[in-house]
Amino acid sequence: MAEETKGWDRNGMAARAALELRDGTYVNLGIGIPTLVSNYIPKGVNVTLQSENGMLGMGPFPYEGEEDPDLINAGKQTITELPQTAYFDSAQSFAMIRGGKIAMAILGAMEVAENGDLANWMIPGKLVKGMGGAMDLVAGVGRVVVVMDHTSKHGESKVLKACTLPLTGKGVVDRIISNLGVLDVGHKGLHIVELAPGVTEEELRAATEATIVG
Amino acid sequence: MNKVYPSAAAALEGLLHDGMLIASGGFGLCGIPELLIAAIRDSGVKGLTVASNNAGVDGFGLGQLLETRQVKKMISSYVGENAEFMRQYRSGELELEFNPQGTLAERMRAGGAGIPGFYTATGVGTVIAEGKEHHDFDGRTYILERGIVADLAIVKAWRADPSGNLVFRKTARNFNVPAATCGKTCVVEVEEVVPLGSLDPDKIHLPGIYVHRIIVGTHEKRIENRTVRKKEAV
Repeated sequence: MAEETKGWDRNGMAARAALELRDGTYVNLGIGIPTLVSNYIPKGVNVTLQSENGMLGMGPFPYEGEEDPDLINAGKQTITELPQTAYFDSAQSFAMIRGGKIAMAILGAMEVAENGDLANWMIPGKLVKGMGGAMDLVAGVGRVVVVMDHTSKHGESKVLKACTLPLTGKGVVDRIISNLGVLDVGHKGLHIVELAPGVTEEELRAATEATIVG
Repeated sequence: MNKVYPSAAAALEGLLHDGMLIASGGFGLCGIPELLIAAIRDSGVKGLTVASNNAGVDGFGLGQLLETRQVKKMISSYVGENAEFMRQYRSGELELEFNPQGTLAERMRAGGAGIPGFYTATGVGTVIAEGKEHHDFDGRTYILERGIVADLAIVKAWRADPSGNLVFRKTARNFNVPAATCGKTCVVEVEEVVPLGSLDPDKIHLPGIYVHRIIVGTHEKRIENRTVRKKEAV
């Protein structure tokens, strides 16, 4: 059971992902753990968060009683605005995504493959909710970082030689941050960048089906 | 010019027919044309194809048209919040065409701008690209997506003047702008109609040329996912 407490939890992964943020950039955070990243933005790093439903400069959740039904994020949560906030329509929002103006997206994943393929939108026969803006984001932004559990509840690796689920994008992932560590997608496989606290390289390799080349 | 109609039913008079394509604004339940959707439900028109980012929730928004089986097909990017939708889809009663969100927005924008198709890298190498023309530009592969021209656009704005100039509020603008432009006819519901001359011409979000009919009414503006934080102790 001790193994289960090793590595990063949800907040640990979010805190590690926050170290990817670069000062002065525009960033899109996905739903789930990626949303938590905004709680860990390092001091001195100024990033503007984009919400693909039509907002730059996303602020924190509102105080109780101050919710505005006209002001939500892409997860349909009530949020607030900041002094630098700008609103725009959905076509404009995805023009800036498709046009490469967003430096980075931090997204969740169901599966990632060693060539950077990402699956995070559909499980045939089970989960058929839709891709939302994920396909546009992975095709358009400068850098894609995924935050995910390294293995399924049953212990099966989710970092694979090839994805089994329908893809969100082909060869789009740059960096994987999992509960076990940080891996980069290289030309011939994955490179270990960092191990999460208490995790050995052997444990990371054992939990990874994908080829690790370095 | 006065485009203001006395009711949603009056504003839709002569515009509805079975089997038509309707483009709807809104994201989730934010900025949806809830009064026009209810009036379309009451009209009984059926066999609809609806292009809308989402499909509402059970009993509200476009969920109302699903309950009455008036929708034949949805063109959407995310439909996860609607149990009745999933039931009809799984049983084969409802067709669904998934579009990536940005592709859907751009299809509406392009349709309204007289652009029949455009190339995008979104969806290349996924099921979305199947059966679509592929073309390489400068070493990257793109797929051809078609512009959407809808028989009718239904849209929610914050304020209008009688000539149809529109102002939206915060993130309720979303798909309302591209949806409005792609309709052969566009009907808008607003919270307030203000006198001509009272909107700053430099701050019009959508000029009245795209808007044919306007109604004013009270909106429920339901919140889908109320999320708050506690006031910090001083």
